[in-house]
Amino acid sequence: MKNLLILGAGTAGTTLVNKLRPKLDRGEWRITIVDSDPDHHYQPGYLFIPFGTYAPDEVIKSKRDFIPDGVDYVEASIERVEPERRVVVLADGAELPYDYLVIATGTHPRPNETPGLAGKDYGRTIHDFYTLEGATALAAALDGFRGGKLVVNIIELPIKCPVAPLEFCFLADDYFRAKGIGDQIDITYVTPLDGAFTKPIASAHLGTMLNERGIGLEADFYLERVDAERRVLVSYDEREVPYDLLVTVPVNMGADFVAKSGLGDELNHMRVDPYTFQSDDHPDIFALGDAANLPTSKAGSVAHFSVDVFTDNFLSQIAGRPMTERFDGHANCFIESGNGKALLIDFNYDTEPLPGKYPYPVVGPFTLLKENRLNHWGKLAFRSIYWNFLLPGRPIPVPTEMPMAGKEIAAT
Amino acid sequence: MTVTAIASKEVHVDDEGFLTEYDEWDEKLAVELARNIGIDEMTDAHRATINFLRSDYAEQGTTATLRRVSTVGQIPTKQLFALFPKKPAKKMAYVAGLPKPVGCV
Repeated sequence: MKNLLILGAGTAGTTLVNKLRPKLDRGEWRITIVDSDPDHHYQPGYLFIPFGTYAPDEVIKSKRDFIPDGVDYVEASIERVEPERRVVVLADGAELPYDYLVIATGTHPRPNETPGLAGKDYGRTIHDFYTLEGATALAAALDGFRGGKLVVNIIELPIKCPVAPLEFCFLADDYFRAKGIGDQIDITYVTPLDGAFTKPIASAHLGTMLNERGIGLEADFYLERVDAERRVLVSYDEREVPYDLLVTVPVNMGADFVAKSGLGDELNHMRVDPYTFQSDDHPDIFALGDAANLPTSKAGSVAHFSVDVFTDNFLSQIAGRPMTERFDGHANCFIESGNGKALLIDFNYDTEPLPGKYPYPVVGPFTLLKENRLNHWGKLAFRSIYWNFLLPGRPIPVPTEMPMAGKEIAAT
Repeated sequence: MTVTAIASKEVHVDDEGFLTEYDEWDEKLAVELARNIGIDEMTDAHRATINFLRSDYAEQGTTATLRRVSTVGQIPTKQLFALFPKKPAKKMAYVAGLPKPVGCV
């Protein structure tokens, strides 16, 4: 009996076991998945909780409900991986052997990584919406906020869902205008990037969106510390941004066991081949989802497309054939822009977000790089697709590889 | 990708002027590249940073992030901002003849 061991039952891990179990002989392959948290969160829903669009319980389901028959689900914390012995050691000392290991434990916000951030003001004047608790506490804070400086800040990249902080700015602007106090609130977006977006065509299409809404942009801002006393962000080069209410995205890091095992980069993300997800150091270890260090965004769509590619490659690998499928870095993101509208961007390792139609030329139905109501509906409808199609591994009529077909390429 | 002359040497650069061939870089070129972005004098500290970036790139195959330069390279982030003001990640890569570190969409 061979062992396929998956660490993490989030988007990537859960989708993977659902896709692989039917394709692996039960007499030959044991599939085990490990996670310490019994709840599966629909993380894209966190963005809507501070504004009262979703209640916290609307983004939670039980992880076990999505694990298929024939897969062993182990609820436990992971202590470390021992690659030489091909064993994972759990917190209680139990050992799980593997022939192949998939690390899919994601990435998480770490407020303690930034001086001055985690302290008595966290949850009062300093908030995040990258956890369910954070988003819930923020709902109360926004409700009570009557005027002043609202600063939305990314501390360091990469983060999962890199467009979410921008979406937060657009939705916050809407939220306060709807309450009639839009003019009393000054929103500033503070980022270490050199602009709101890094890719030129998307920047041109979207660069005016912050401007149009009177949202300030402070770029090239690398936060060194938060002076919670004075309510000021201080950068490494001594620039200061004052705030009355700070909504920050703490440094995102992979699981601690990755570092304890001598794996991962400086942020505990696994260094893998960007096309096959295979570990640079151990050919029987792979990483999927946010846990992997890939040169594309950390996003649910990337996890989804990665699992498609990995599934095919894994079946080749165990049959002694070469892994010929290559992940192209395909990612897509709906970007909430307020007023019941959203944009959609679709890109990969080689191609920046381009305008056009998605996923099919002419018929779309979604429009790229343009605010409209259908895109917003698509974002909201996705929650149901996530629970009912994506996680259970059912086919979704969207191409794994980024389609060029519907895209408009500027004439040269 | 185009070929251009920097400090009387023909080099391959991308559309932002970053060198695309690792082996075309040399110390003399670095001085010129630094001058191009307003660093008039390359100190030992500048050189130590560039040398770390290049040897790390040769090993890892990607340009080190600011975090990696500070944790592995042992050069504090604050110093990087003093040496390469405002946009250290981009500037260091440029002077070191390495690709710009991967940004996010």
